[in-house]
Amino acid sequence: MTRYLSLLRTAPLSAQLAMALIAVYAVTALFAPWLAPYPESQIVGSKYLPWASPHWLGTDALGRDVLSRLIYGARNTVGIALVTTVLAFLLGTTTGLLAATVGGWFDALSSRVVDVLMAIPSLIFALLILTITGTSVVALVLVIAVLDSTRVFRLSRAVAQGILTMDYIEVARMRGEGLGWIIRREVLPNAAAPLIAEFGLRFCFVFLFISALSFLGLGLQPPTADWGSMVRESAKLISFANFSSWQAATFGLAPLLPAGAIAILTVAVNMVVDWVLHVSSGLKD
Amino acid sequence: MDGLLEIQDLRIEGRAQDGWREIVKGVDLTVAKGEIVGLIGESGAGKSTLGLAAMGHVKPGLRIAGGSIRFDGQELIGARESALRDLRGRRIAYVAQSSAAAFNPAWRLIDQHCEGPVQHRVMSRAQAGDEAVKLYREMRLPDPEQIGFRYPHQVSGGQLQRAMTAMAMACRPDLIIFDEPTTALDVTTQIEVLAAIRDAVRDHDTAAIYITHDLAVVAQMADRVKVLLKGTEVEEAPTREMLAHPREDYTRSLWAVREFRPSPRAPVTDPRPILRIENVSASYGALPVLQDVSFSVPRGRTVAVVGESGSGKSTTARVIMGLLAPTQGRVVFEGQPLVAHSRRRPRDLQRRVQMIHQMADTALNPWHRVRDVIGRPLEFFLGLRGAAKEARIRELLAEIELEPAQFIDRLPGELSGGQKQRLCIARALAANPDFIICDEVTSALDQIVAEGILRLLDRLQRDKGLSYLFITHDLATVRSIADEVVVMQKGKVVEQGPKDRMFAPPHHPYTELLLSSVPEMDPDWLTRLLEQRRHGASGEGAGEGARGNAA
Repeated sequence: MTRYLSLLRTAPLSAQLAMALIAVYAVTALFAPWLAPYPESQIVGSKYLPWASPHWLGTDALGRDVLSRLIYGARNTVGIALVTTVLAFLLGTTTGLLAATVGGWFDALSSRVVDVLMAIPSLIFALLILTITGTSVVALVLVIAVLDSTRVFRLSRAVAQGILTMDYIEVARMRGEGLGWIIRREVLPNAAAPLIAEFGLRFCFVFLFISALSFLGLGLQPPTADWGSMVRESAKLISFANFSSWQAATFGLAPLLPAGAIAILTVAVNMVVDWVLHVSSGLKD
Repeated sequence: MDGLLEIQDLRIEGRAQDGWREIVKGVDLTVAKGEIVGLIGESGAGKSTLGLAAMGHVKPGLRIAGGSIRFDGQELIGARESALRDLRGRRIAYVAQSSAAAFNPAWRLIDQHCEGPVQHRVMSRAQAGDEAVKLYREMRLPDPEQIGFRYPHQVSGGQLQRAMTAMAMACRPDLIIFDEPTTALDVTTQIEVLAAIRDAVRDHDTAAIYITHDLAVVAQMADRVKVLLKGTEVEEAPTREMLAHPREDYTRSLWAVREFRPSPRAPVTDPRPILRIENVSASYGALPVLQDVSFSVPRGRTVAVVGESGSGKSTTARVIMGLLAPTQGRVVFEGQPLVAHSRRRPRDLQRRVQMIHQMADTALNPWHRVRDVIGRPLEFFLGLRGAAKEARIRELLAEIELEPAQFIDRLPGELSGGQKQRLCIARALAANPDFIICDEVTSALDQIVAEGILRLLDRLQRDKGLSYLFITHDLATVRSIADEVVVMQKGKVVEQGPKDRMFAPPHHPYTELLLSSVPEMDPDWLTRLLEQRRHGASGEGAGEGARGNAA
């Protein structure tokens, strides 16, 4: 544990800053009900109030407090993206590592299934499935997880194939180790670095994917606050923006708030991923 | 002396975790015009770093901290990159250890050859092409007119190394740096490369720095030898003088492996061999690699399997270990035929036959600590847990001469090459085996470290009555440790018998070729050998048998 702490201390400024930002997001998501000044979907004032006390970021088209919705949005959007990514990784790495290690018919079958899934553009495929299943949170998470696990499958299979040619795998096989040991103890630690990096990237993609689906109206359903649908709802305000006075200008900035929240988290996660990649490649030699 | 290259008090530092650490600690080196200087030492001695520094280059992560490097009167330290670029390739050339890695696989040999002369505006492309063919002929490459139009993967390792040397000579440089050019080659191929390099360098009156860890090789090539140890100079002397009267103990220890002899043998108590290979044939897909191989390993003895790469040595090991099923024949261990697949063998059998790989680097999982590496077989085969396992790990570490407290928690990346190989030995020992296959266990190591490993293996054999199958292409190693020798060529056993008989004439022609190809300390050895071969096998070369059809 101390080893990891000392590693954190040696991280470059960009990574430390990014980790601090991610921590802020995490705290916001976890403690949303306490941090938000108003409930998530309660109408608390008139429509489109400018940025002023008590609604520091104004109100939206229905008169809901924008700051509160942003805070709840962190919980919904980030939470769901995290669950989805974890699921995608559990599914993708398990099948990917198994396919590489077992080989034969299992590899052939799973690879072809993945090929078929990847052949269909994922956004269109997700839209299709969600139209059939309806837009519940569970359906959303499962559909995106399965679609994204195909990419994780490809990566983990390729990485594992490289590792499986090493002599230490042969040593383990000659010793008569079972499949579980070989995957868990011999392959996984060596595949961890690229998989962690992929996790960071994949998390961002899922995040953007959910936002895109919400933007199209098939993601999280109102009145649940999420950043994607907030961008959609307020997008049209840009055309009415009036920069003659400060009060009027804030009006035009409304869609930039959720968009900015997405952008900053994406950049922060990628900075941490870059650093993790750097550290893990440095440990190798 | 007409000093072409003068290096004085050169200091090179490498970036370490706590600042900079000196790697080359004030070394002087002068090379006169047309002179060949040998640099020898074990890995980590700073030979290659010094060799690269002669071109004014250091690898990333290193820096020159002091001293001077003068080439033909011009100071290279602090010289502008454009001035260095002008020298490199044109006046100073470099031949790397692995030509396979140094050639770009996507370009033909001759295109890569001509790049230097054209870039430096020494010759036009057409001129450079003609010169290339001339050089290929000088390097005794087969079919010099056409070989340049092949890609690197289409020629053999020895040919590629010669093509690399030809490329280095493309601009008629004054100085060539050879960084272990024959270390990765078989003995039989090595001879041809050595002879070609030596003649070409002498004919053009080129100066050279020849880096190697093999004293016998440097004896053939160099006029003068400098011995390095941990970045400092041990001694320097003309080659003949150093071979006849080495001043330092360290220099003497460099050929220790050639003097190592196994401990005296107890008489064989049980005449039944521990392992018998009966008429085994095997193939990779449609490609046959083993044909009707039979030999046996006596109990408590070492059988060496020798041959060039591609002779089927390692495949034999894979068949014994159950990683490759033979298409014919069987392997009998302790009177019991072995199941073809290791997975179906009883666990006790898997325990009794162990294998040590050539490359300890890839045979150790980089994320497993020493404790886990040795602990796993203890747990897996012997069911040891907790304190008993811990105690046994420490015992095994002591047995392979690694201080337990210091090493038990290290990762493989924190061990040296020799220590890694020792760890692999400990892992094999942990299973309490009766029979160990050693697959080229010393070929990746320099001589002093290799000798330590051989001594360790010999002691373990004496203490535990182990039987070894020792796969190697190095006949010096065979001479040191083997009781019996099996010579393989192209998947067949060409000769086998007790060591003393194998090393005494008459030999099978192939054994003769292998034996005579092992470099000797005598500086005249190569000249004499080439003379002999020219007379002995008139017309047809004993080695590759390939001669250029000079048109």
